[in-house]
Amino acid sequence: MHTPAGIQATETQDLMNASRPHIQIKDLNVTIEGKRILKNINLSIPNNSITSIIGPSGCGKTTLLKTLNRLVDDTKGLEISGSVLVNGEDLYADGAEVIHIRKKMGLLSQKPFPLPMSIFDNVAYGPRIHGEKNKRVLAQLVETQLRNVGLWEEVKDRLDASATRLSIGQQQRLCLARGLAVKPEIILGDESTSALDPVSTQTIENLLIELKQDYTIVLVTHILRQARRVSDYIIFVYDGEIIEFGKTDEILLNPKQEITQQYVKGFIS
Amino acid sequence: MSWRLLKDKLIRQSFAAMLILSLVVIAVILIGLGLKSIPLLRAEDLGTILTESVWSPLNGSFGFFPFIMGTVWVTFISLIIAVPLCILASTYLVEYADDALRKMVLPLVNVLAAIPPVLYGVWGVLFVVPFLSEYIAPIVGAETTGYTVFAGGIVLAVMIFPIMVSIMVEVLQTIPYELKAASLSLGATKWETIVKVILVKSRPGLVAAVVLGISRAFGETIAVLMVCGNIPQVPKSFFDAGYPLPALIANNFGEMMSIPLYDSALMFAALLLFTLIFGFNLISRIILNRLEGKA
Amino acid sequence: MSNVNKRLFKEKIAKVAMQVSGITITGSLFFIIGTILYKGIPYLSWDIISQVPKGGFYMGKEGGILNAILGSLYLATSSTILATLLGVPISVFLNVYVKSGSFLERSCKLLFDVLFGIPSIVYGAIAFSIMVWVGIRASLLGGIITITLLTIPIVVRTIDELLRTIPIDLKHVTFSLGATRWETAKICLKYIKPGVFTAILLAFGRAIGDVAGVLLTTGFSDNLPKYIDEPAATLPLAIFFQLSSPIPEVQGRAYASALVLTFIILVIVICTHLLASKQRKHKI
Repeated sequence: MHTPAGIQATETQDLMNASRPHIQIKDLNVTIEGKRILKNINLSIPNNSITSIIGPSGCGKTTLLKTLNRLVDDTKGLEISGSVLVNGEDLYADGAEVIHIRKKMGLLSQKPFPLPMSIFDNVAYGPRIHGEKNKRVLAQLVETQLRNVGLWEEVKDRLDASATRLSIGQQQRLCLARGLAVKPEIILGDESTSALDPVSTQTIENLLIELKQDYTIVLVTHILRQARRVSDYIIFVYDGEIIEFGKTDEILLNPKQEITQQYVKGFIS
Repeated sequence: MSWRLLKDKLIRQSFAAMLILSLVVIAVILIGLGLKSIPLLRAEDLGTILTESVWSPLNGSFGFFPFIMGTVWVTFISLIIAVPLCILASTYLVEYADDALRKMVLPLVNVLAAIPPVLYGVWGVLFVVPFLSEYIAPIVGAETTGYTVFAGGIVLAVMIFPIMVSIMVEVLQTIPYELKAASLSLGATKWETIVKVILVKSRPGLVAAVVLGISRAFGETIAVLMVCGNIPQVPKSFFDAGYPLPALIANNFGEMMSIPLYDSALMFAALLLFTLIFGFNLISRIILNRLEGKA
Repeated sequence: MSNVNKRLFKEKIAKVAMQVSGITITGSLFFIIGTILYKGIPYLSWDIISQVPKGGFYMGKEGGILNAILGSLYLATSSTILATLLGVPISVFLNVYVKSGSFLERSCKLLFDVLFGIPSIVYGAIAFSIMVWVGIRASLLGGIITITLLTIPIVVRTIDELLRTIPIDLKHVTFSLGATRWETAKICLKYIKPGVFTAILLAFGRAIGDVAGVLLTTGFSDNLPKYIDEPAATLPLAIFFQLSSPIPEVQGRAYASALVLTFIILVIVICTHLLASKQRKHKI
């Protein structure tokens, strides 16, 4: 519990970009139905890079991700203390505006969930609910975002088709475009490639690497090789605590904690 | 932005209001039934009302025993017929039938559920009643018009088929394959596995299905009313006419309201029915919810 | 060896018993519909469905059942609309607005489950007493209110079951685009749209077939329903009243009514079935 804070103090100083960190977590504790899921989390997530959260299943990594945009709110028997600061603004402060917060963070879920509407409307959904009515602006936006995720050429002739007609890999890219259309600053990925075939997985991974120039990306993954391929930083979570946080190579090749070492080598999973 | 939030809030509040409205209606129903029953309960004590077998509103005697027994008889007969048939049929559908058969039979059972009670009644009058008086009664040497608790029981049995079959099928499907595999691999036949493992394991769910069937049977009004004779007497055999509680309400409500306490007595009948069915439903839903939670 | 044979024989007997039960249950459906077709078809004619009864519904030999057909359609349509307008929001509220797993959610859902089983005669009796108390006579309006109350639990329950099948992640991605709860609810409703129609059809089927609820509250009339505060005829009541008539022509009207009602119900069932398969295809 004390060590991670220590590591963070020394290691992350040089990791931090000049700008102040987008996401800062302070003394975060999450209890669900009397069970402590997250314990004393303190963390600064670096800007414009990909940070992967790894750890054995049930360790709390998805909960950690979902506290970032308050999707945990609806969980039964939830108690939260501590704070999550995004650009200095505390998400869990009294009267914090959830909708405003969520808009800043795009979520890429485990399976693609296209909304029950056309391809075009899926991407335009976010901007529309946030008040964009101008058709030309919307069309422009949809095209830009679909190009961003490399889907434009594949779907430009059938924008009115139902989104469920796309292949699962295309759906996941569509979901990414949909998330990007509301101009988030942060992208959260919850094992976003676990339902995809290897080729689609690669496409998504490459996209994320491209996108990190403009966004801060946080991924939950249980595939170490994926963490190695895409991430700049790794957070290792075990039993609700952050055991180690640092650059990808350091964590994977030269972990400081015994338990991290065991996980990385595959002794625990 | 703020307009969207305001809209969200307004919608939340109006939806909550609708929920409260519907809950208030339920409260009004209960309170209304209670209030209306009070005069009768003041005049005579509960025990007497429930066990007295003379129903003669003109003389001021309100014995509910014949009606309670009428309901019990038809329900009992319908269960004797429906429970074994439904257990056997649902077991067959889950354990033996192939997918195509299941996909054909289950929708048909749903059609059965969609048929309005009055059509069951028509069927009862046109087929069950004459069948009983002309073919079945002579065999046992009974003389009857056919308008009997037996006819009521048969019609009710068919009416509770769908609810029991659909719930039993759901319950049986939750039994994990491993459990069956364990029994089969010990050399048990499929039937032995069904009797000794599957049915035992799914007993709470089957009980819940039967309880739901009972509460459905208790409340069924029109179909039973049309076929079971409606004579306020305690039935002594399958071939006696009976007069179930819901039929009492349906036949007499709104008429002869000038007789003292009559109105109150009928409301008491409704309250009795409501309480019994509420209770039965509550029990079975709790069992089913718990099973669902586990699965 | 004989032991094994005995056990296998038992298995065979059991299997036959199960098949017989299955055939009995499924067969009863065809039996009931067959009986109604057999009795009803000879009486079905254009005159019967296009005229009102002449000389009183119980005694008059002439005329038809148009009053009951229209009455039923008015009654069932209006109460289904009302029940949908109330039931869908309640269900959405319990699934999208209220915290899942909370005491409020669970107790309300249990309550609606239980209400679903309350027989219509109880609703009818209460509504009748209230109508007497307030001073409304048996009328189409009374019937509509009673049947609405009866069908709300059906709508709430069916929609609730559908909403529960929506993966939580769908709600989450919508939330994460910055949608309000209402906007998320709209997405959820869109997702289950065919199912919503199923719920509405189910409610309609129940509404059009109910007797006990309308027996006390709606009255009966030989005329076409014109005003909402006047008594109106419905098909189930037309069957119920006319079946016990000693006059064959009147009984025939009951059979014809039964046939028309069966036809309406079968159309509803087929539509729900088609919608259900559409919902399945719709799933991601």
